[in-house]
Amino acid sequence: MDVTRAGRSLPAVAGTSPEAAAGPAVEVRELERSFGERPVLEGVSFDLAAGETLAVLGANGAGKSTLLRVLAGLLRPHAGSVRVLGAALPEDGWRARARVGLLGHDSGLYRALSARENLRFHARLHGVGRERVEELIDAVGLGSRAQDPVRELSRGGVQRLAVARAVLHDPPLLLLDEPRSGLDPGAEELVEPLVGRGSGRTRVVVTHDVEGALEECDRALGLLGGRPAFVAGPGALEASTVRRELYR
Amino acid sequence: MTRAALAILRKDLLVERRTRESVPAMALFSVTVLVLFHFALDRDSLDGALASGVLWVTLLLAAVLGVGRLFASEREEGGMDGILLAPIDRTAVWVAKALALLAYLVVVEVVAVPVFAVLLLGPDLMPALPGLVATLVLADVGLAAVGALVAALAAESRARELVATLLFLPLVVPAAVAATAATEPLFAGAQTADGTGRWLIFLAAYALLFVLLSVGVFDYLLED
Repeated sequence: MDVTRAGRSLPAVAGTSPEAAAGPAVEVRELERSFGERPVLEGVSFDLAAGETLAVLGANGAGKSTLLRVLAGLLRPHAGSVRVLGAALPEDGWRARARVGLLGHDSGLYRALSARENLRFHARLHGVGRERVEELIDAVGLGSRAQDPVRELSRGGVQRLAVARAVLHDPPLLLLDEPRSGLDPGAEELVEPLVGRGSGRTRVVVTHDVEGALEECDRALGLLGGRPAFVAGPGALEASTVRRELYR
Repeated sequence: MTRAALAILRKDLLVERRTRESVPAMALFSVTVLVLFHFALDRDSLDGALASGVLWVTLLLAAVLGVGRLFASEREEGGMDGILLAPIDRTAVWVAKALALLAYLVVVEVVAVPVFAVLLLGPDLMPALPGLVATLVLADVGLAAVGALVAALAAESRARELVATLLFLPLVVPAAVAATAATEPLFAGAQTADGTGRWLIFLAAYALLFVLLSVGVFDYLLED
């Protein structure tokens, strides 16, 4: 497998946004993070230019979700450096916070509140107007269910609403953990303009869908037991080899 | 900060109104404890220090239930990440949670105090009411400030309800002592409640201390 080994400086792909002109949208160097005595991430390094997509692949427990939470500023790096949209984490995390959209394992939605109430709550926190809430409710196809409590929505409905919540403030960087989880093909089409490659946003996507990830990413990071197994462009990777390396 | 605090408070009150997971449990608990005291003491007429102690122990234990559930919706539904990623002063979270707990305590007291008066209090409640309301308000502000702080500290721990209880109760001992002492002369049937004012000042100082402490440290508490 012809890949760039993690830890080496990787060339940033030119982008068109201000972040691209200023440097990579995401820059990670020798990142380490532990929970207690147990290291979860070790020696992770990569660059991601504005508008690019990084697929993060690895078995359960490989550190993928932890990486997303570090990039979101929710977990502190224990060693190494992390820069997100020009802000060094954790010191300047407040600068990046409003410009990052996180779609995590949990939907982050309150089951007792309706779809509209959930989005309006987050809109108030972000200083976003009600028009944007209505626009997104329609965009994810929940117009007729906007008044229903989230607990009455299907798994796919909750995921569509979680997508709307993640992009509510129009963040230039999206951190997505299995964004298509629970979505049928029709729903996937609905959310594609919001969180897909066509959204034009910089994306870090955690997924187990190796083929799909290699099709849509600009580079892929493979994690094996918290350590980077590879950082490579999709042309340098074969799905079968990735599976063998990461899921053995 | 006001906008964010009001948004979180409004959300919390809406969730509580829909789920009814905290306030009814706190109110039912306090009524149950008062009934237990009624039978355990085998008396239906308490006054002075004993009456004051019974009321405040009951209210403090009911407050523990509210503290334990204060971050429940964030913890159980993953909502905390969304709040932490918003461009807000994180102290707004403490302000909202403290105001929510304050509201819960007021509702519980509206239920518990009349039940206490009917089941246990010897002297007439009405003459004591102005002093009692002042004591309740000041004590509630202190309890809410400490409760929101402790609930945030315990929210990420595994045995969170136990941790919250073990942190909350020792911290509110001064408030409990002051509130009990302030209420004692009111329940003694005395015409003048000597000493109550001094304890009210203490309660105000206690509340102010924990409000300032919480505002100073809360941002750091929410850091990983």
